[in-house]
Amino acid sequence: MQPIAISGILPSASVADIRQTLESGGCSTTDRCGASAGPDDLPAAVWERIKDHPCYSEEAHHYFARMHVAVAPACNIQCNYCNRKYDCANESRPGVVSERLTPDQAVRKVVAVANEIPQLSVLGVAGPGDSLYDARKTFATFDLVAKAIPDIKFCVSTNGLALPDYVDELAQHNIDHVTITINMIDPTVGEQIYPWIYFRNRRWTGLDAAKILHERQMEGLEAVVAKGILVKINSVMIPGINDHHLMDVNAAVRARGAFLHNVMPLISDAAHGTAFGLSGQRGPTPQELKGLQDQLGGGANLMKHCRQCRADAVGLLGEDRGQEFTLDQLPDEVVYDPARRSAYRDVVEAERDDRRAAARAADQALATARDTLLIAITTKGGGRINQHFGHATEFQVYEVDRSGVRFVGHRRADNYCLGGHGDDDRLESVIAALEGIDAILTAKIGDCPRDRLEQAGLVVLEDWATDYIEPAAAAAYQRLREAPPLRRSA
Amino acid sequence: MAYKIVTSQCTACGACEFECPNGAISMKGDTYVINAAKCTECEGQFDQPQCVAVCPVPKTCIKA
Repeated sequence: MQPIAISGILPSASVADIRQTLESGGCSTTDRCGASAGPDDLPAAVWERIKDHPCYSEEAHHYFARMHVAVAPACNIQCNYCNRKYDCANESRPGVVSERLTPDQAVRKVVAVANEIPQLSVLGVAGPGDSLYDARKTFATFDLVAKAIPDIKFCVSTNGLALPDYVDELAQHNIDHVTITINMIDPTVGEQIYPWIYFRNRRWTGLDAAKILHERQMEGLEAVVAKGILVKINSVMIPGINDHHLMDVNAAVRARGAFLHNVMPLISDAAHGTAFGLSGQRGPTPQELKGLQDQLGGGANLMKHCRQCRADAVGLLGEDRGQEFTLDQLPDEVVYDPARRSAYRDVVEAERDDRRAAARAADQALATARDTLLIAITTKGGGRINQHFGHATEFQVYEVDRSGVRFVGHRRADNYCLGGHGDDDRLESVIAALEGIDAILTAKIGDCPRDRLEQAGLVVLEDWATDYIEPAAAAAYQRLREAPPLRRSA
Repeated sequence: MAYKIVTSQCTACGACEFECPNGAISMKGDTYVINAAKCTECEGQFDQPQCVAVCPVPKTCIKA
Protein backbone atom coordinates (compact mmCIF):
# COMPACT_ATOMS: atom_id res chain seq x y z
CA MET A 1 0.00 0.00 0.00
CA GLN A 2 1.07 3.53 -0.60
CA PRO A 3 0.51 5.79 2.41
CA ILE A 4 -0.81 9.26 1.75
CA ALA A 5 2.37 11.13 2.50
CA ILE A 6 2.71 14.69 3.67
CA SER A 7 5.37 14.82 1.00
CA GLY A 8 2.50 15.03 -1.47
CA ILE A 9 1.67 18.47 -0.21
CA LEU A 10 2.77 21.32 -2.38
CA PRO A 11 5.24 23.79 -0.89
CA SER A 12 2.56 26.46 -1.22
CA ALA A 13 0.20 24.62 1.13
CA SER A 14 -0.62 26.59 4.26
CA VAL A 15 0.27 25.35 7.71
CA ALA A 16 -3.43 24.82 8.37
CA ASP A 17 -3.71 22.68 5.24
CA ILE A 18 -0.80 20.53 6.26
CA ARG A 19 -2.20 20.01 9.76
CA GLN A 20 -5.52 19.06 8.23
CA THR A 21 -3.73 16.43 6.17
CA LEU A 22 -1.90 15.08 9.22
CA GLU A 23 -5.21 14.73 11.01
CA SER A 24 -6.70 12.86 8.10
CA GLY A 25 -3.87 10.36 8.20
CA GLY A 26 -1.27 12.04 6.09
CA CYS A 27 2.18 11.71 7.54
CA SER A 28 3.98 8.51 6.77
CA THR A 29 5.95 8.01 10.01
CA THR A 30 5.28 4.50 11.13
CA ASP A 31 8.21 3.58 13.34
CA ARG A 32 9.87 4.81 16.43
CA CYS A 33 13.56 4.69 16.97
CA GLY A 34 15.20 6.38 19.99
CA ALA A 35 14.85 7.33 23.60
CA SER A 36 11.49 8.02 25.16
CA ALA A 37 12.76 11.20 26.75
CA GLY A 38 11.24 14.51 25.77
CA PRO A 39 12.27 18.10 26.40
CA ASP A 40 11.15 17.77 30.03
CA ASP A 41 13.65 15.02 30.80
CA LEU A 42 16.84 16.27 29.16
CA PRO A 43 19.12 19.28 29.35
CA ALA A 44 18.02 21.82 26.73
CA ALA A 45 21.31 21.61 24.84
CA VAL A 46 21.03 17.83 24.47
CA TRP A 47 17.36 17.95 23.51
CA GLU A 48 18.21 20.46 20.79
CA ARG A 49 20.69 17.97 19.33
CA ILE A 50 18.38 14.96 19.28
CA LYS A 51 14.90 16.39 18.85
CA ASP A 52 14.83 15.93 15.07
CA HIS A 53 16.73 12.64 15.01
CA PRO A 54 14.27 9.77 14.63
CA CYS A 55 16.70 7.19 16.02
CA TYR A 56 17.80 9.17 19.06
CA SER A 57 14.42 10.60 20.07
CA GLU A 58 11.33 8.46 20.32
CA GLU A 59 9.19 11.55 19.91
CA ALA A 60 11.09 12.60 16.79
CA HIS A 61 10.46 9.27 15.16
CA HIS A 62 6.81 10.17 14.74
CA TYR A 63 7.80 13.17 12.64
CA PHE A 64 11.21 12.80 11.07
CA ALA A 65 12.74 10.46 8.55
CA ARG A 66 16.20 9.10 7.99
CA MET A 67 17.96 7.71 5.01
CA HIS A 68 21.01 5.51 4.72
CA VAL A 69 23.37 5.48 1.80
CA ALA A 70 25.47 2.40 1.18
CA VAL A 71 28.74 4.04 0.16
CA ALA A 72 31.19 2.03 2.26
CA PRO A 73 30.52 -1.66 1.64
CA ALA A 74 33.86 -3.04 2.84
CA CYS A 75 34.15 -4.40 6.37
CA ASN A 76 37.02 -5.15 8.71
CA ILE A 77 35.33 -7.81 10.81
CA GLN A 78 33.05 -10.79 10.31
CA CYS A 79 30.02 -11.24 12.56
CA ASN A 80 28.16 -14.53 12.84
CA TYR A 81 24.84 -12.75 12.26
CA CYS A 82 25.92 -11.08 9.03
CA ASN A 83 26.09 -12.29 5.46
CA ARG A 84 26.68 -9.48 3.04
CA LYS A 85 26.05 -11.56 -0.05
CA TYR A 86 22.37 -11.42 0.67
CA ASP A 87 20.33 -8.95 -1.34
CA CYS A 88 16.56 -9.05 -1.29
CA ALA A 89 14.38 -5.99 -1.79
CA ASN A 90 11.83 -7.41 0.64
CA GLU A 91 14.33 -8.15 3.31
CA SER A 92 14.57 -5.67 6.14
CA ARG A 93 17.50 -6.06 8.44
CA PRO A 94 20.80 -4.34 9.02
CA GLY A 95 23.53 -4.97 6.50
CA VAL A 96 21.19 -5.73 3.64
CA VAL A 97 21.27 -3.43 0.65
CA SER A 98 20.28 -3.60 -2.98
CA GLU A 99 22.51 -0.98 -4.52
CA ARG A 100 25.92 0.40 -3.69
CA LEU A 101 26.64 4.03 -4.39
CA THR A 102 29.63 6.20 -5.08
CA PRO A 103 29.69 9.45 -3.07
CA ASP A 104 28.52 11.37 -6.18
CA GLN A 105 25.61 9.01 -6.73
CA ALA A 106 24.78 9.21 -3.03
CA VAL A 107 24.44 12.98 -3.14
CA ARG A 108 22.06 12.80 -6.08
CA LYS A 109 19.97 10.32 -4.16
CA VAL A 110 19.94 12.36 -0.94
CA VAL A 111 18.83 15.51 -2.76
CA ALA A 112 16.12 13.64 -4.65
CA VAL A 113 14.83 12.22 -1.37
CA ALA A 114 14.98 15.58 0.43
CA ASN A 115 12.89 17.11 -2.36
CA GLU A 116 10.33 14.35 -2.10
CA ILE A 117 10.24 13.52 1.63
CA PRO A 118 10.15 16.73 3.69
CA GLN A 119 10.46 14.72 6.92
CA LEU A 120 14.07 13.90 6.05
CA SER A 121 16.38 15.11 8.81
CA VAL A 122 19.21 12.57 9.05
CA LEU A 123 21.68 10.95 6.67
CA GLY A 124 23.49 7.90 7.93
CA VAL A 125 26.16 5.58 6.68
CA ALA A 126 25.34 2.27 8.28
CA GLY A 127 26.60 -0.55 6.15
CA PRO A 128 26.74 -2.94 4.61
CA GLY A 129 30.31 -2.88 5.72
CA ASP A 130 31.80 -0.55 8.27
CA SER A 131 31.43 3.20 7.78
CA LEU A 132 34.87 3.88 9.25
CA TYR A 133 36.89 1.06 7.73
CA ASP A 134 37.30 2.64 4.29
CA ALA A 135 36.28 5.97 5.82
CA ARG A 136 37.27 8.08 2.80
CA LYS A 137 34.01 7.24 1.07
CA THR A 138 31.93 8.07 4.13
CA PHE A 139 33.56 11.45 4.66
CA ALA A 140 33.55 12.33 0.95
CA THR A 141 29.80 11.68 0.90
CA PHE A 142 29.17 13.88 3.92
CA ASP A 143 31.27 16.70 2.45
CA LEU A 144 29.27 16.68 -0.78
CA VAL A 145 25.90 16.45 0.95
CA ALA A 146 26.73 19.25 3.40
CA LYS A 147 27.31 21.56 0.43
CA ALA A 148 23.95 20.66 -1.09
CA ILE A 149 21.80 20.51 2.08
CA PRO A 150 23.45 22.44 4.90
CA ASP A 151 21.00 21.56 7.69
CA ILE A 152 20.96 17.79 7.37
CA LYS A 153 22.39 15.81 10.29
CA PHE A 154 25.00 13.13 9.75
CA CYS A 155 25.52 9.95 11.64
CA VAL A 156 27.60 6.84 11.27
CA SER A 157 27.36 3.28 12.55
CA THR A 158 30.52 1.35 13.23
CA ASN A 159 31.75 -1.84 14.85
CA GLY A 160 34.34 0.33 16.60
CA LEU A 161 37.49 -1.41 15.38
CA ALA A 162 38.65 1.60 13.35
CA LEU A 163 36.94 4.20 15.52
CA PRO A 164 39.94 5.35 17.59
CA ASP A 165 41.70 6.36 14.35
CA TYR A 166 38.92 8.69 13.20
CA VAL A 167 37.82 10.58 16.30
CA ASP A 168 39.22 13.93 15.13
CA GLU A 169 37.89 13.53 11.64
CA LEU A 170 34.40 12.75 12.93
CA ALA A 171 34.42 15.95 14.93
CA GLN A 172 35.76 17.95 11.99
CA HIS A 173 32.95 16.71 9.77
CA ASN A 174 30.35 17.83 12.28
CA ILE A 175 29.15 14.32 12.95
CA ASP A 176 27.07 14.60 16.06
CA HIS A 177 25.83 11.04 16.34
CA VAL A 178 27.88 7.85 16.33
CA THR A 179 26.48 4.38 16.86
CA ILE A 180 28.81 1.59 17.96
CA THR A 181 27.67 -2.02 17.89
CA ILE A 182 28.95 -3.57 21.12
CA ASN A 183 27.81 -7.11 21.81
CA MET A 184 30.25 -8.03 24.56
CA ILE A 185 32.84 -6.78 27.00
CA ASP A 186 34.19 -10.27 27.67
CA PRO A 187 36.32 -11.72 24.85
CA THR A 188 35.22 -15.26 25.73
CA VAL A 189 31.71 -14.13 24.79
CA GLY A 190 33.08 -12.21 21.83
CA GLU A 191 34.79 -15.19 20.25
CA GLN A 192 31.38 -16.86 19.90
CA ILE A 193 30.10 -13.86 17.92
CA TYR A 194 33.09 -12.79 15.80
CA PRO A 195 34.96 -15.48 13.85
CA TRP A 196 37.64 -13.04 12.74
CA ILE A 197 38.76 -9.43 12.46
CA TYR A 198 41.22 -7.74 10.11
CA PHE A 199 43.50 -5.39 12.01
CA ARG A 200 46.93 -3.92 11.32
CA ASN A 201 47.41 -5.90 8.12
CA ARG A 202 46.49 -9.32 9.39
CA ARG A 203 43.54 -11.52 10.14
CA TRP A 204 43.02 -12.35 13.81
CA THR A 205 40.76 -15.13 15.04
CA GLY A 206 39.45 -16.56 18.30
CA LEU A 207 40.11 -14.92 21.61
CA ASP A 208 42.78 -12.59 20.17
CA ALA A 209 40.28 -11.13 17.71
CA ALA A 210 37.66 -10.54 20.38
CA LYS A 211 40.23 -8.99 22.74
CA ILE A 212 41.45 -6.50 20.15
CA LEU A 213 37.92 -5.60 19.11
CA HIS A 214 36.85 -5.09 22.72
CA GLU A 215 39.81 -2.85 23.53
CA ARG A 216 39.33 -0.75 20.40
CA GLN A 217 35.59 -0.39 21.09
CA MET A 218 36.17 0.89 24.62
CA GLU A 219 38.97 3.21 23.48
CA GLY A 220 36.83 4.59 20.66
CA LEU A 221 33.77 5.05 22.87
CA GLU A 222 35.71 7.01 25.46
CA ALA A 223 37.41 9.16 22.82
CA VAL A 224 34.24 10.18 20.95
CA VAL A 225 32.39 10.86 24.20
CA ALA A 226 35.29 13.11 25.20
CA LYS A 227 34.74 15.03 21.94
CA GLY A 228 31.14 15.71 22.97
CA ILE A 229 29.66 13.45 20.30
CA LEU A 230 26.44 11.66 21.26
CA VAL A 231 26.99 7.92 21.22
CA LYS A 232 24.38 5.24 20.85
CA ILE A 233 25.33 1.62 21.56
CA ASN A 234 23.60 -1.11 19.60
CA SER A 235 23.70 -4.60 21.06
CA VAL A 236 22.38 -7.70 19.37
CA MET A 237 20.68 -9.98 21.90
CA ILE A 238 21.75 -13.57 21.18
CA PRO A 239 20.06 -16.10 23.50
CA GLY A 240 22.52 -18.42 25.22
CA ILE A 241 25.52 -16.35 24.13
CA ASN A 242 25.23 -12.78 25.38
CA ASP A 243 21.68 -12.35 26.68
CA HIS A 244 22.65 -12.22 30.36
CA HIS A 245 25.99 -10.61 29.57
CA LEU A 246 24.27 -7.54 28.09
CA MET A 247 23.58 -6.33 31.64
CA ASP A 248 27.35 -5.96 32.07
CA VAL A 249 27.67 -4.37 28.62
CA ASN A 250 25.01 -1.85 29.60
CA ALA A 251 26.84 -0.93 32.81
CA ALA A 252 30.16 -0.63 30.98
CA VAL A 253 28.91 1.64 28.20
CA ARG A 254 26.91 3.84 30.55
CA ALA A 255 29.99 4.26 32.74
CA ARG A 256 31.86 5.47 29.64
CA GLY A 257 29.25 8.04 28.75
CA ALA A 258 27.09 6.40 26.08
CA PHE A 259 23.93 8.43 25.58
CA LEU A 260 21.59 5.66 24.54
CA HIS A 261 21.58 1.86 24.61
CA ASN A 262 19.63 -0.05 21.99
CA VAL A 263 19.21 -3.77 22.58
CA MET A 264 18.00 -5.45 19.40
CA PRO A 265 16.87 -9.03 18.89
CA LEU A 266 19.05 -11.29 16.76
CA ILE A 267 17.42 -11.87 13.39
CA SER A 268 18.30 -15.41 12.42
CA ASP A 269 17.12 -17.58 9.59
CA ALA A 270 18.89 -20.32 7.66
CA ALA A 271 17.70 -18.66 4.44
CA HIS A 272 19.88 -15.63 5.24
CA GLY A 273 23.00 -17.77 5.01
CA THR A 274 24.53 -16.29 8.17
CA ALA A 275 26.63 -18.48 10.47
CA PHE A 276 23.99 -18.17 13.19
CA GLY A 277 21.19 -18.83 10.72
CA LEU A 278 22.88 -21.99 9.47
CA SER A 279 23.79 -23.24 12.95
CA GLY A 280 20.20 -22.87 14.13
CA GLN A 281 20.98 -20.16 16.68
CA ARG A 282 17.60 -18.62 17.50
CA GLY A 283 16.71 -15.01 18.18
CA PRO A 284 14.96 -13.95 21.41
CA THR A 285 11.17 -13.91 21.75
CA PRO A 286 9.50 -10.50 22.21
CA GLN A 287 8.95 -11.44 25.86
CA GLU A 288 12.64 -12.26 26.37
CA LEU A 289 13.62 -8.96 24.76
CA LYS A 290 11.21 -6.96 26.89
CA GLY A 291 12.37 -8.86 29.98
CA LEU A 292 15.97 -7.80 29.34
CA GLN A 293 14.95 -4.21 28.55
CA ASP A 294 12.98 -4.06 31.79
CA GLN A 295 15.99 -5.40 33.69
CA LEU A 296 18.13 -2.70 32.12
CA GLY A 297 15.88 -0.15 33.74
CA GLY A 298 14.26 1.36 30.67
CA GLY A 299 13.86 5.08 30.93
CA ALA A 300 15.39 7.77 28.81
CA ASN A 301 18.59 5.91 28.07
CA LEU A 302 17.13 2.75 26.65
CA MET A 303 15.97 2.78 23.08
CA LYS A 304 12.86 0.77 22.29
CA HIS A 305 11.71 2.14 18.97
CA CYS A 306 14.46 0.70 16.76
CA ARG A 307 13.18 -0.99 13.61
CA GLN A 308 16.47 -2.65 12.62
CA CYS A 309 16.26 -1.07 9.21
CA ARG A 310 18.06 -1.94 6.03
CA ALA A 311 21.37 -0.38 5.22
CA ASP A 312 19.72 1.59 2.40
CA ALA A 313 16.46 2.45 4.15
CA VAL A 314 14.66 5.66 3.21
CA GLY A 315 11.78 7.25 5.09
CA LEU A 316 10.20 7.24 8.49
CA LEU A 317 11.28 4.43 10.79
CA GLY A 318 9.16 1.39 10.04
CA GLU A 319 8.56 2.36 6.47
CA ASP A 320 11.06 1.94 3.71
CA ARG A 321 10.67 3.89 0.52
CA GLY A 322 14.12 2.96 -0.75
CA GLN A 323 12.69 1.23 -3.79
CA GLU A 324 11.29 4.57 -5.01
CA PHE A 325 14.75 6.07 -5.15
CA THR A 326 16.96 3.55 -6.89
CA LEU A 327 19.65 4.98 -9.16
CA ASP A 328 17.83 4.17 -12.37
CA GLN A 329 14.89 6.30 -11.22
CA LEU A 330 16.97 9.37 -10.35
CA PRO A 331 17.34 12.23 -12.82
CA ASP A 332 20.90 12.95 -13.96
CA GLU A 333 20.84 16.28 -12.26
CA VAL A 334 18.88 17.21 -9.17
CA VAL A 335 18.64 20.60 -7.53
CA TYR A 336 17.76 20.86 -3.87
CA ASP A 337 14.57 22.75 -3.08
CA PRO A 338 14.38 23.62 0.63
CA ALA A 339 10.75 24.83 0.55
CA ARG A 340 9.01 21.61 1.53
CA ARG A 341 11.33 20.67 4.35
CA SER A 342 11.10 24.14 5.77
CA ALA A 343 7.27 24.23 5.61
CA TYR A 344 7.12 20.81 7.18
CA ARG A 345 9.34 21.83 10.08
CA ASP A 346 7.09 24.77 10.91
CA VAL A 347 4.10 22.45 11.10
CA VAL A 348 5.89 19.90 13.22
CA GLU A 349 6.94 22.48 15.79
CA ALA A 350 3.31 23.37 16.44
CA GLU A 351 2.11 19.75 16.29
CA ARG A 352 4.67 18.59 18.80
CA ASP A 353 3.73 21.23 21.37
CA ASP A 354 0.08 20.34 20.94
CA ARG A 355 0.65 16.64 21.30
CA ARG A 356 2.89 17.05 24.33
CA ALA A 357 0.19 19.07 26.12
CA ALA A 358 -2.39 16.42 25.24
CA ALA A 359 -0.07 13.67 26.50
CA ARG A 360 0.49 15.47 29.81
CA ALA A 361 -3.25 15.86 30.34
CA ALA A 362 -3.70 12.16 29.56
CA ASP A 363 -1.08 11.18 32.13
CA GLN A 364 -2.86 13.24 34.78
CA ALA A 365 -6.20 11.63 33.97
CA LEU A 366 -4.67 8.23 34.74
CA ALA A 367 -3.51 9.08 38.27
CA THR A 368 -6.13 6.78 39.77
CA ALA A 369 -5.52 3.85 37.43
CA ARG A 370 -5.27 0.59 39.35
CA ASP A 371 -3.64 -1.78 36.85
CA THR A 372 -1.71 -1.90 33.60
CA LEU A 373 -3.02 -2.35 30.06
CA LEU A 374 -1.00 -2.93 26.91
CA ILE A 375 -2.55 -1.09 23.99
CA ALA A 376 -1.51 -1.49 20.36
CA ILE A 377 -2.17 1.32 17.87
CA THR A 378 -1.86 1.77 14.12
CA THR A 379 -0.28 4.96 12.86
CA LYS A 380 1.17 6.50 9.73
CA GLY A 381 3.01 9.06 11.81
CA GLY A 382 2.45 12.42 13.39
CA GLY A 383 1.75 10.75 16.75
CA ARG A 384 -1.83 10.02 15.72
CA ILE A 385 -4.03 6.96 15.29
CA ASN A 386 -4.42 7.48 11.58
CA GLN A 387 -3.82 4.16 9.87
CA HIS A 388 -6.28 1.55 8.66
CA PHE A 389 -5.79 -1.81 10.38
CA GLY A 390 -5.41 -3.58 7.06
CA HIS A 391 -2.59 -1.30 6.03
CA ALA A 392 -0.55 -1.71 9.19
CA THR A 393 2.72 -3.54 8.81
CA GLU A 394 3.46 -3.00 12.47
CA PHE A 395 1.77 -1.95 15.69
CA GLN A 396 3.15 0.51 18.19
CA VAL A 397 2.62 -0.70 21.75
CA TYR A 398 1.86 1.56 24.68
CA GLU A 399 1.76 0.65 28.33
CA VAL A 400 -1.00 2.44 30.23
CA ASP A 401 -1.01 2.63 34.01
CA ARG A 402 -1.18 5.16 36.84
CA SER A 403 2.08 6.77 35.80
CA GLY A 404 0.72 7.53 32.34
CA VAL A 405 0.97 6.35 28.74
CA ARG A 406 4.37 5.13 27.62
CA PHE A 407 5.67 3.77 24.33
CA VAL A 408 7.19 0.36 25.05
CA GLY A 409 7.93 -1.08 21.63
CA HIS A 410 6.49 -2.27 18.39
CA ARG A 411 5.27 -5.56 17.03
CA ARG A 412 5.91 -6.39 13.44
CA ALA A 413 2.96 -7.77 11.57
CA ASP A 414 4.81 -8.63 8.39
CA ASN A 415 7.94 -10.59 8.50
CA TYR A 416 10.44 -9.89 5.76
CA CYS A 417 9.86 -11.64 2.46
CA LEU A 418 6.11 -11.77 2.99
CA GLY A 419 5.37 -12.35 -0.70
CA GLY A 420 3.02 -15.17 -1.47
CA HIS A 421 1.13 -15.35 1.81
CA GLY A 422 -2.64 -15.07 1.73
CA ASP A 423 -4.66 -12.70 3.87
CA ASP A 424 -5.75 -15.46 6.23
CA ASP A 425 -2.19 -16.44 6.97
CA ARG A 426 -1.35 -12.82 7.45
CA LEU A 427 -4.14 -12.29 9.96
CA GLU A 428 -2.98 -15.33 11.92
CA SER A 429 0.54 -13.93 12.08
CA VAL A 430 -0.87 -10.54 13.16
CA ILE A 431 -2.81 -12.19 15.98
CA ALA A 432 0.29 -14.11 17.03
CA ALA A 433 2.31 -10.90 17.00
CA LEU A 434 -0.24 -9.23 19.28
CA GLU A 435 0.15 -11.79 22.07
CA GLY A 436 -0.29 -10.14 25.45
CA ILE A 437 -1.97 -7.02 24.04
CA ASP A 438 -5.27 -6.03 25.67
CA ALA A 439 -6.72 -3.66 23.07
CA ILE A 440 -6.13 -2.28 19.59
CA LEU A 441 -6.88 1.31 18.66
CA THR A 442 -7.07 1.81 14.92
CA ALA A 443 -8.46 4.32 12.44
CA LYS A 444 -10.62 1.74 10.72
CA ILE A 445 -11.03 -2.02 10.54
CA GLY A 446 -13.17 -4.42 8.51
CA ASP A 447 -15.82 -6.62 10.13
CA CYS A 448 -14.05 -9.88 9.36
CA PRO A 449 -10.67 -9.07 10.94
CA ARG A 450 -12.50 -7.41 13.84
CA ASP A 451 -14.41 -10.63 14.54
CA ARG A 452 -11.24 -12.69 14.40
CA LEU A 453 -9.37 -10.36 16.74
CA GLU A 454 -12.26 -10.33 19.19
CA GLN A 455 -12.40 -14.11 19.10
CA ALA A 456 -8.75 -14.05 20.05
CA GLY A 457 -9.65 -11.99 23.11
CA LEU A 458 -8.62 -8.54 21.92
CA VAL A 459 -10.73 -5.41 22.31
CA VAL A 460 -10.89 -3.44 19.05
CA LEU A 461 -11.77 0.27 19.10
CA GLU A 462 -12.11 2.79 16.27
CA ASP A 463 -13.43 5.61 18.45
CA TRP A 464 -10.28 7.69 18.42
CA ALA A 465 -9.44 7.68 14.71
CA THR A 466 -7.06 10.57 13.84
CA ASP A 467 -6.63 11.53 17.53
CA TYR A 468 -3.26 11.82 19.29
CA ILE A 469 -2.10 8.48 20.66
CA GLU A 470 -1.68 9.30 24.35
CA PRO A 471 -5.09 10.82 25.14
CA ALA A 472 -6.74 8.08 23.08
CA ALA A 473 -4.91 5.37 25.02
CA ALA A 474 -5.90 7.01 28.33
CA ALA A 475 -9.53 7.25 27.24
CA ALA A 476 -9.46 3.63 26.10
CA TYR A 477 -8.14 2.58 29.51
CA GLN A 478 -11.00 4.37 31.21
CA ARG A 479 -13.55 2.89 28.83
CA LEU A 480 -12.29 -0.65 29.39
CA ARG A 481 -12.12 -0.31 33.12
CA GLU A 482 -15.47 1.41 33.59
CA ALA A 483 -17.50 -0.76 31.26
CA PRO A 484 -15.49 -3.65 29.87
CA PRO A 485 -16.88 -4.55 26.45
CA LEU A 486 -18.17 -8.06 26.03
CA ARG A 487 -15.30 -10.40 25.29
CA ARG A 488 -15.82 -13.65 23.56
CA SER A 489 -13.58 -16.48 24.60
CA ALA A 490 -11.01 -17.59 22.07
CA MET B 1 53.07 -15.98 -8.92
CA ALA B 2 49.87 -14.16 -8.25
CA TYR B 3 46.44 -14.39 -6.70
CA LYS B 4 43.12 -14.23 -8.49
CA ILE B 5 39.51 -13.53 -7.47
CA VAL B 6 36.75 -16.08 -8.01
CA THR B 7 34.33 -13.63 -9.56
CA SER B 8 31.22 -15.76 -9.02
CA GLN B 9 31.79 -15.45 -5.25
CA CYS B 10 32.99 -11.84 -5.07
CA THR B 11 30.57 -9.52 -3.22
CA ALA B 12 32.35 -6.45 -4.65
CA CYS B 13 32.78 -4.95 -1.19
CA GLY B 14 36.12 -3.48 -2.24
CA ALA B 15 38.06 -4.34 0.91
CA CYS B 16 40.80 -6.04 -1.12
CA GLU B 17 41.25 -3.02 -3.36
CA PHE B 18 41.57 -0.86 -0.24
CA GLU B 19 44.21 -3.12 1.32
CA CYS B 20 46.31 -4.24 -1.64
CA PRO B 21 49.78 -2.72 -1.12
CA ASN B 22 50.56 -2.96 -4.83
CA GLY B 23 47.51 -1.31 -6.34
CA ALA B 24 46.94 -4.57 -8.21
CA ILE B 25 43.19 -4.78 -7.66
CA SER B 26 40.54 -2.84 -9.53
CA MET B 27 36.89 -2.97 -10.42
CA LYS B 28 36.12 -4.62 -13.73
CA GLY B 29 32.45 -4.96 -14.62
CA ASP B 30 30.59 -6.02 -11.50
CA THR B 31 33.48 -7.45 -9.51
CA TYR B 32 37.11 -6.88 -8.68
CA VAL B 33 40.05 -8.41 -10.52
CA ILE B 34 43.73 -8.81 -9.66
CA ASN B 35 46.34 -7.68 -12.15
CA ALA B 36 48.75 -10.61 -12.07
CA ALA B 37 51.60 -8.45 -13.29
CA LYS B 38 51.38 -6.27 -10.18
CA CYS B 39 50.53 -8.97 -7.60
CA THR B 40 53.45 -9.98 -5.34
CA GLU B 41 51.37 -12.25 -3.08
CA CYS B 42 52.48 -9.69 -0.48
CA GLU B 43 55.79 -11.57 -0.15
CA GLY B 44 58.27 -9.56 1.82
CA GLN B 45 55.52 -7.05 2.61
CA PHE B 46 53.15 -8.82 5.01
CA ASP B 47 52.72 -12.19 6.75
CA GLN B 48 49.55 -12.89 4.79
CA PRO B 49 48.35 -11.82 1.33
CA GLN B 50 46.18 -8.86 2.27
CA CYS B 51 43.34 -9.68 -0.11
CA VAL B 52 43.02 -13.14 1.45
CA ALA B 53 43.19 -11.76 4.98
CA VAL B 54 40.39 -9.23 4.48
CA CYS B 55 38.06 -11.01 2.01
CA PRO B 56 34.72 -11.86 3.70
CA VAL B 57 34.02 -14.87 1.47
CA PRO B 58 36.14 -18.01 2.07
CA LYS B 59 38.20 -19.27 -0.88
CA THR B 60 37.46 -16.27 -3.06
CA CYS B 61 40.99 -14.82 -3.26
CA ILE B 62 43.04 -17.85 -4.33
CA LYS B 63 46.35 -18.69 -5.97
CA ALA B 64 46.11 -18.29 -9.69
